[in-house]
Amino acid sequence: MTGVPFTLNGQELEANDGELLIDAAERHGIHIPRFCHHSRMKPVGMCRMCLVEVDSGRGPGLQPSCMVPVSPQMKVETDSEATVAAQDGVLELLLANHPLDCPVCDKGGECPLQDNAYAFGPGESQFVEEKRHYEKPIPISDLVHLDRERCILCDRCTRFADEVAGDPLIHFIGRGASTQVNTFPDHPFSSYFSGNTVQICPVGALTAAPYRFKARPWDLTSVESTSTVDSVGSRVVVESSRDEIVRILGVDSDAVNWGWLSDKDRFSYEALNSTHRITTPLVRDSEGKLEPARWNDAVGSVADAISSSEPDRVAVIGGARSSLEGQYAWAKLVKGIIGSDSFDCQIGDGLPAPMVLGLPRATIADTCRPGGVMVLMGPDPKEITPALYLRLRHAVVNDGVDLIEISPRPTSLNHLAKHAIHPAPGNIGAVMAAIGKTHRSDSDVGVDADELDAIRELISADRPVSVVIGRSNVAESPRYTVDAIGALSRLNPNATFLPMLRRGNVLGGLEMGLSPSFLPGGIRRSGTSIDGWDNIADGDGRDTAGILKAAVAGDIDTIVLLGADPLADFPRRGLVEDALGRVPTVVAVDAFPTTTVSSYADIVLPAALVGEYDGTFMNMEGRLSPLRAKVTPAGQSRSDWQIAVALGNAMGGSCGFSTLAEVRSEMSKNAPSLAEVDWDEVDNSDDGVLADLTRNWVLEFGDPVPPPSSSSSGLRLIADHKLWDNGTMVTYSASLAGLVEPAVLRISITDAHELGLSDADRIKIDRDRSTLEVPIAIDPSHPAGVASMAIGGTGFDVRDLIAADRTVINLRIQPGGAA
Amino acid sequence: MATNAYVPHAAGYVDNEGPKVVTARFTDPEGYLLPHSVASGGYSGLREALSRTPSEVAAEVKEAVLLGRGGAGFPAGIKWGFMPAVWPRYLVVNGDESEPGTYKDRLLMERDPHQLIEGCMIACYALGLNTCFLYVRGEMALAQERIAAALNDAYSHNYVGANVLGTDVSIDIVLTWGAGAYIVGEETALIESLEGNRGMPRLKPPYFPAAKGLYMKPTIVNNVETLSNLPWIIRHGSTAYKQFGSERSPGTRVVAVSGHVNRPGVYEIEQGVVTFRDLFYGENYCQGIRDGNDLKMFIPGGGSAPWFFPEQLDLPLEGGEIGPAGSMLGSGAIVAMDHTTDAVKACHRLVRFFARESCGKCSPCREGTSWEEKILERILAGHGRPADIDLLADVGSKISPSPYPTAAWEAEGLEAVPFPPRQTTICPLGPSSVAPITSALRRFRHEFEAKVANNASPDEAADASDSWGTEVVMGGQQ
Repeated sequence: MTGVPFTLNGQELEANDGELLIDAAERHGIHIPRFCHHSRMKPVGMCRMCLVEVDSGRGPGLQPSCMVPVSPQMKVETDSEATVAAQDGVLELLLANHPLDCPVCDKGGECPLQDNAYAFGPGESQFVEEKRHYEKPIPISDLVHLDRERCILCDRCTRFADEVAGDPLIHFIGRGASTQVNTFPDHPFSSYFSGNTVQICPVGALTAAPYRFKARPWDLTSVESTSTVDSVGSRVVVESSRDEIVRILGVDSDAVNWGWLSDKDRFSYEALNSTHRITTPLVRDSEGKLEPARWNDAVGSVADAISSSEPDRVAVIGGARSSLEGQYAWAKLVKGIIGSDSFDCQIGDGLPAPMVLGLPRATIADTCRPGGVMVLMGPDPKEITPALYLRLRHAVVNDGVDLIEISPRPTSLNHLAKHAIHPAPGNIGAVMAAIGKTHRSDSDVGVDADELDAIRELISADRPVSVVIGRSNVAESPRYTVDAIGALSRLNPNATFLPMLRRGNVLGGLEMGLSPSFLPGGIRRSGTSIDGWDNIADGDGRDTAGILKAAVAGDIDTIVLLGADPLADFPRRGLVEDALGRVPTVVAVDAFPTTTVSSYADIVLPAALVGEYDGTFMNMEGRLSPLRAKVTPAGQSRSDWQIAVALGNAMGGSCGFSTLAEVRSEMSKNAPSLAEVDWDEVDNSDDGVLADLTRNWVLEFGDPVPPPSSSSSGLRLIADHKLWDNGTMVTYSASLAGLVEPAVLRISITDAHELGLSDADRIKIDRDRSTLEVPIAIDPSHPAGVASMAIGGTGFDVRDLIAADRTVINLRIQPGGAA
Repeated sequence: MATNAYVPHAAGYVDNEGPKVVTARFTDPEGYLLPHSVASGGYSGLREALSRTPSEVAAEVKEAVLLGRGGAGFPAGIKWGFMPAVWPRYLVVNGDESEPGTYKDRLLMERDPHQLIEGCMIACYALGLNTCFLYVRGEMALAQERIAAALNDAYSHNYVGANVLGTDVSIDIVLTWGAGAYIVGEETALIESLEGNRGMPRLKPPYFPAAKGLYMKPTIVNNVETLSNLPWIIRHGSTAYKQFGSERSPGTRVVAVSGHVNRPGVYEIEQGVVTFRDLFYGENYCQGIRDGNDLKMFIPGGGSAPWFFPEQLDLPLEGGEIGPAGSMLGSGAIVAMDHTTDAVKACHRLVRFFARESCGKCSPCREGTSWEEKILERILAGHGRPADIDLLADVGSKISPSPYPTAAWEAEGLEAVPFPPRQTTICPLGPSSVAPITSALRRFRHEFEAKVANNASPDEAADASDSWGTEVVMGGQQ
């Protein structure tokens, strides 16, 4: 990098090429006060607090250092008389109409305006007039309140909403002294990212409903940790007061989330403090009621149940919620001590483990590499992994990344995509194969041939190509996506992949062997022996669907639900009900009385939640970052690895470790991907540590399955996910639970017209031998021939439309349609 | 106290029998119609331009030293040369005339829209671009109507559009109406507004429109009057053009005179030749101050300009003379105020305008202008404190700090009005509000002191809050 020589307060220094003066000064230890400047947003030069005297050769003048890149031989004075006078003046003017209600303001004590008011300005105001008055505060969304009197109009929140989140729902209105930030009438600031505006507000104008008046900054203690609500692994600061987590803030990790969080990352800590937490072990008594029990008794009962079962009649579902250490401990307990291979941390809504483990990997930064090509072959990232969505959006908007969207229906990035095609469920493999062909007949896949050619050229061009993969439809067999991945890999063998999976530590789970046929570190189970793992099973285990089917067939005696709620998550609810009803012993390791737990669990072991234990998280890239205990676990709950150790002991064996450090050192020993990991670095680096997931496997994609025959009638079903759903953390977070929207079946205008549904809000759909009334919405952006509904909305369960084991679901809408 | 019985002439165009470069068709009541325009040479400048190369046309304009008429007075030919070789590029016509006292562009658009359209076409041709945006102030209904009609006629007669006049040159002119913000007269705010955003100025650097303008592409923003000069310059040549006006500032200027003169209106005058004294007292011009009163002060270039006083009457109307004297010719809005005018009220009226029109972007302007207004209001309402006078100056100094001294005023031993201002803001709106305050305080501090010393009765105070004292009609504000 070429240095740009400049003079700062008489000192000869160098700035980076194109570096803004405010950043260059900061790097050289001189802090220039600012309000509107934010390093992750475009400069706007609005607050004028960062004015400094700059001489670029035409004499000194006042320039906002947040907008001026350092130029060669620039002379800068940050404490000259003119600079100080300007900064003092700006500060006095900013305070003129500010209410100075610091004693009752959430921001008081950590407020940039307060801090700068101590450092700059006259100390006493000359303003004797009546200050500006507004109604205060006004809720601009369910989560954020706006106090316009405190606002200094720095444009941070509005810029964030527009530039970063792409949800321009707040803006300036009025002018001059009556300028204010507000929403448009009847359009609340209902952004998934609204909480970020609270964090970046340099005054107390924006406050978060869940935190308002809960604590003062000087009451808080903080620790850096990682968000586990999705697989992005956003870096966070967890803050607590009186042993209660009251706030989570984003940390600017260059590799991951750039300081931004989704509202789910930020506010779902509320679930930890939920009064519904399970705080003691529970055992179902003879009357069928779950009653509190002693840890030893409950663990003893579980150990007895497991010990009295044949190893292959024991199965575990879940584990994606745990820390890496919890996952390793459970993998060892189940696969190394009990000797069962039936363990799956995906609940029938993920991708096959060999793909996730074996595909060549891309990091988020690789995917967002300026000038690269990004293929989105999965669900809407905004709904699944919102923090990743912000990175992807930034790359496409600002860094010249070309986006190809291949998804069953338009995602939130659709309007930014260079090419977007929407294969109907079951067709993606064939469409991807067609893209790979130079000669094809147009009628093959129903997509314009020029479009397919253009996509082929982009994917096979000499540019870095990264593919974001995920499960965009749980009503469709993942097999089709695997075929599409295979076709794409043949077209560009250098393409790399970023798995956008839903559950928090799901990649960690797969890495630690929480899927059939694998042991920690992606080692194939068959024929492997590990020191201390004495009972590695011979036969192949089952995945979640296999476990549930085996249970229905009476082949499972004990099932452990490790933080899993299959009744809410598994695509076929009926199968879960049948299976859990048949299994003699259902053990739940959970923190909440979910429907699965309260209806089926015989023994419940209370689990500590993230924030209550130390450990490690592995994000979708394979990046390791720390999870830190901030508060003591609720009641008698324990972390997952401790529960595994207790069970191992109760079964008369031993896991072979009793501290976190021992778990980590054994993980490093047994999992090749963690062999080189420096755990101190994991705990202390902002960007975490990338595990070595290079595998060089030759993946067997097999012969592509042909697409399902196109049925002449009926719409093919897409069952996908939204951010706010009936998931556990949302359900038990008071502020978030109300954000879940009613489930509606979205259909295109074309189909609505054909079905004669101009304004109907429910339609009749035949399923098996019954008829369901389904709420619908006509969506102008929806492709024809398919219908979509999110899992986990209120009112209607889309899984009622998912019949037995089919690769795609065709909805038979009754003639006449409307109900 | 004088009465308020004064009824001004309707402020319109006044033919002063001087040379006419841009107002030639103003005397024809139907001069805005295409046949009338063509009959008097309309679009022959465009034909002439198209027969030359674009660089020849640009050179002719540069040779004519056509100074920008929007306020800054920068030579258009040189401004055009700042465009990097990047396409697409745009011409934006600033018809958002809203400086207090200015109404000459409105008349240029109402009375001779074809001249403007022809000027736009010549500029587009010279700049090698094919899209021009014509931005007209939202309140100018008649101007909008006439320009729209004229543009339709020009399109249907192939003066605008594809293959102009049978050549391979194609140029489109896009009309846009403003939404009523003064600040959009500032070129970068106008560009923001054109892009569909809130009209707020961009910082220069880095956003010099010639390099990074509309949609971040090279953009020339020219004033209506500037472009209206082009047809004449191309038709008659730069040499003929330079016969008018002074060597430094050739050509004519259209000025709008309002206030306490006997004949307010729009005058086309030779730059650098006519003095303020000629203009106010000349028989062909304003014919003196009303009722034979004494001139107390005058604004030489719009509400933003620091005030002048009788001793500056003999300055010629020319940017090069007025600048060093501590003010500007700006947009050619001249407001005369006679000795009955209350300096504090005049000051308040101007500051109020800027406080209301501040876009709210820069903190010093947003908070400072309204604070200034409140202090002045308090003084006028009879509740002023002695400290308020210095406070007023202090608040002003936070918007435009430490004035540059000007030679003329230093010689007088007086503190200079800050012009051009040092500013803590992006654009000059904030500092504009300081200009009248500094002007008034410099010369009429005793009036402020008297007001504070003899605080008025509440009745008087109420009466005072909405008036300049005696009525001054400012053109364009009716």
